[in-house]
Amino acid sequence: MTVLAASGRVWQRNWLVYRRLWHRSLAFGFLQPFFFLTAMGIGIGTLLSADALDAFGGFPYIDWLGPGLLAAMAMQTSTFESTYPIMNKIMWGRNYEAMLSTPLGTRSLVIGELFWVAFRIGTLATVFLVVLTVFGITRTPAAILAVPVAALIGIAFSSCLIAFTATQRNDVGFSALFRFVIMPLFLFSGTFFPLSRLPDAIEWIAWLTPLFHGVQLIRGLVLDDLNLAGAPIHLGYLLAMLAIGVTLADRNLHRRMAG
Amino acid sequence: MSQHPSLVHARGLTKRYKNGFTAVDGVDFDVRPGKAFGFLGPNGAGKTSTMRMIACSSPITEGELSVIGMDPRTQAREIKARLGVVPQIDNLDTELTVRENLEMYARYFDIPRGVAAERTDELLDFVQLSERAKDQVEPLSGGMKRRLTIARALINDPDLVILDEPTTGLDPQARHLLWERLYQLKRRGRTLIITTHYMDEAEQLCDHLVVMDKAKIVAEGSPRQLIDEHATKEVLELRFTDTVRANLDGRLEGLADRVEQLPDRLLLYTADGERALEQVHALSIPVESALVRRSSLEDVFLSLTGRSLIE
Repeated sequence: MTVLAASGRVWQRNWLVYRRLWHRSLAFGFLQPFFFLTAMGIGIGTLLSADALDAFGGFPYIDWLGPGLLAAMAMQTSTFESTYPIMNKIMWGRNYEAMLSTPLGTRSLVIGELFWVAFRIGTLATVFLVVLTVFGITRTPAAILAVPVAALIGIAFSSCLIAFTATQRNDVGFSALFRFVIMPLFLFSGTFFPLSRLPDAIEWIAWLTPLFHGVQLIRGLVLDDLNLAGAPIHLGYLLAMLAIGVTLADRNLHRRMAG
Repeated sequence: MSQHPSLVHARGLTKRYKNGFTAVDGVDFDVRPGKAFGFLGPNGAGKTSTMRMIACSSPITEGELSVIGMDPRTQAREIKARLGVVPQIDNLDTELTVRENLEMYARYFDIPRGVAAERTDELLDFVQLSERAKDQVEPLSGGMKRRLTIARALINDPDLVILDEPTTGLDPQARHLLWERLYQLKRRGRTLIITTHYMDEAEQLCDHLVVMDKAKIVAEGSPRQLIDEHATKEVLELRFTDTVRANLDGRLEGLADRVEQLPDRLLLYTADGERALEQVHALSIPVESALVRRSSLEDVFLSLTGRSLIE
């Protein structure tokens, strides 16, 4: 069995569990962007004066915000999928112990989980894009490319998070991760306001964080405003993060499972 | 392909953990096909570490090990494809139903769907869980979960089934049902490796045993051989009041081949327990209670190590 086929089985197992719940998850997938766009886009956006819009590339605030939220959703979903559920499969439910008694290896487990995250985020991003279109934010059919980019953001984060989770002996580390990594990324990656508003030193740091690159790509694709010089850098960043994440996740999980 | 007629062949097998603890210290053993092979020993004797090395889930520190004629260091995947593993702590998929647990596990072995469905039906029947096929796993009793784990271990039609303390934590009724199923497996010619700290389990199920203590093998043979070699035919168990016991002054020593002092009773190893008891009475020592029984593996372990199996 190839690693690809073996990873497919790991995906299939998650699907078997999820198919009983998928309608609930998708309903929430619709509601979340709807609430955010209404509250922040319309609620706050309408308070912004017309000359403030220059900072948003001349787009209405809600249009500028929407695609950024899509990128942030990809990060958040992958965080949920790659912390507690993975720790459960390592420690509490011992799923990986059972799976590793078969010809499956840790690499197949990691890649299978990433297939799953890509699928989950792919479906949620599609729903999100429909909501953006309903709000009249989508500018071009090429916006559909935001779906695979969202999936890429998801698996890039997920691979690194699985690598982290595999080193944890209990869930205490997760609250630190949520507070000191995920939350700042959520707030300071150019989702809600342009990085140019930040002091120069902080703006420079924000440039180095992964979500920023995801936000830039998705916003460019949805608003038909992609910076063609910047896009390969953003894409390259996320792909490099994925490659490093997969290597570390496989190594850490292997070390963890073989005592 | 196989250099040895045995399914598992170990020489000088050693497991040392990173913290320096030696869990298995240079053990030799051979598991013959079609037999039930047992590792008997107290907790911490090294049984589970040995099992984990055989199952390719823990790397070997030193020594030689071949499993189904293959090398766990380089052919772990090929070995795992032909093993069935029943771990000490249940690791069923609690998010799937009983049936899905078996069918999904079959898919991990790359068994085609149709074959997987057929085997699932057969195995659920074998472990008497057909009626629970659509249920979730969590509400099942401990015995049922263990039976389902055994069915799961058989899904790939393995050459060798490894069971780590299969009945620990189960009530007597569930244990007997499980033993009966394992006995059926043996009759069908499956090779089993079983670890246990229950002597009755080892006597019931195992054709061949190694007794482990403190990371080493201290004796080896069939249950009968071990008892014949390391214990007498019968045992006289005696209890005395504290004052009587304090004043025995070794008067019992001559009455038996060996006298074992336990905190609550004395064991007299002898060929004829009734005769020994008569002699005790003849010495006018007041006995609180007396019991004559056949020797068991528990006595073998006690005579080899000076300690009980379950402490």
